[in-house]
Amino acid sequence: MTITIDSACELDPRVSLRPEPFGALAYHYGNRRLVFLRHPDVVSVVKSLGEHVSVREALVANTVLEARWPAFVSAIDSLCESDIIRVR
Amino acid sequence: MSVSPLVEELKRGLDAPICLTWELTYACNLSCIHCLSSSGQRDPDELTTAQAKAVLDELRDLQVFYINIGGGEPMIRRDFFEILEHSGKNGIGVKFSTNGAFIDAEKARRLAAMDYLDIQISLDGADALTNDAVRGEGSYAIARRAMDNLAAANFGPFKISVVMTRHNVSQLDEFKKLADSYGAQLRITRLRPAGRGADSWNDLHPTNEQQREIYNWLMSHGDNVLTGDSFFHLNALGPALPGLNMCGAGRVVCLIDPVGDVYACPFVIHDEFKAGSALDDGGFTKVWRESALFQELREPESAGACASCDSYDACQGGCMAAKFFTGLPLDGPDPECVKGHGEESLLSVPILLTPRPSPDHSKPSIMTLRQPAVRV
Repeated sequence: MTITIDSACELDPRVSLRPEPFGALAYHYGNRRLVFLRHPDVVSVVKSLGEHVSVREALVANTVLEARWPAFVSAIDSLCESDIIRVR
Repeated sequence: MSVSPLVEELKRGLDAPICLTWELTYACNLSCIHCLSSSGQRDPDELTTAQAKAVLDELRDLQVFYINIGGGEPMIRRDFFEILEHSGKNGIGVKFSTNGAFIDAEKARRLAAMDYLDIQISLDGADALTNDAVRGEGSYAIARRAMDNLAAANFGPFKISVVMTRHNVSQLDEFKKLADSYGAQLRITRLRPAGRGADSWNDLHPTNEQQREIYNWLMSHGDNVLTGDSFFHLNALGPALPGLNMCGAGRVVCLIDPVGDVYACPFVIHDEFKAGSALDDGGFTKVWRESALFQELREPESAGACASCDSYDACQGGCMAAKFFTGLPLDGPDPECVKGHGEESLLSVPILLTPRPSPDHSKPSIMTLRQPAVRV
């Protein structure tokens, strides 16, 4: 895992998000990868990562229940692997 | 195997297509016997440059991230580069399909200098004999020259796009070798009985044994091979191939034809699957979101005659276009059903009652050669 609860990261600037009923489509213009963000909460957290010093703060700011944090960290980690998210 | 919740969501349709295919022109220098769009002659009502740009602006506003451009031969359009540039400028990535005839050294350099651009060169045989029998005399040499020019211009990893036929399934390893030799990516797709393909399908479509060969080959080489998710009907053979495993027609993909008509997918250019026109009031957006046809395609489909088959979840009943143009009911087995149910059903389709592709832009010399499909 690259990403932990303390990581500082952000949406890659080459990524565009398109809102959809299930969450969003994320498209990376650099590697032309299309990724599905499968929950509206994931979308709002992902969008705000750049404004917070850590994943934890982004989760708190988006009022994500603590029980769901590990799932979010692993989702963000897999987004990092597809270069949708990058470490700052 | 169960259907994932994401696939269930996607079947209900998105606010805009994930990607769409846009055939820029019906004009073509070749007359391939399996052409999906029955191309040859330019349609006099082809979209003007201004109309084409307006469509692109609409796609930008819809956040369509990339489009597949085809034809006909799209590079025949005089404004081809202008359209590519307008697309790139608006953040719409383009992958265009070409037979390569117009990619000389200079054009290859020009293409290599552009952003957000993928090229796929069509090739349907690993040697001239096999390829030219389908795509026409000299077309193998044309495609190879285009590949050489792209490689010399350092375009990067272009794609070699192969439609799988009875005559080239045995060449899969050779296609892969060819792609590797160029640092290119191999893409293989399923032959559809659409366009002129309705006439050649009986002679060209892979045998049941070959379908298994395609499946096995993809299972062992599939990681770096693109398929456009077109082989999901083969998933009844075992573990699922990579991809969404669903028919995306009118749900996540569609086709815009050279005159602006919007069809459910690239394989159903037929009045029955025409949803409207991008030139209508409300434009493409309204057609995508509100057309009766697309609304209907987003309704839960019935498994029909396939309901009792334990492979239905895996194969989803196969391809709508393949069923339609072979005269099979849409809620029944695919003509290439790996369990053989399609072949049984085909026996009960009356000869000459299969739907004829429409419209037809074949060159006159080809038209006179065309015979109604006769199934034996």
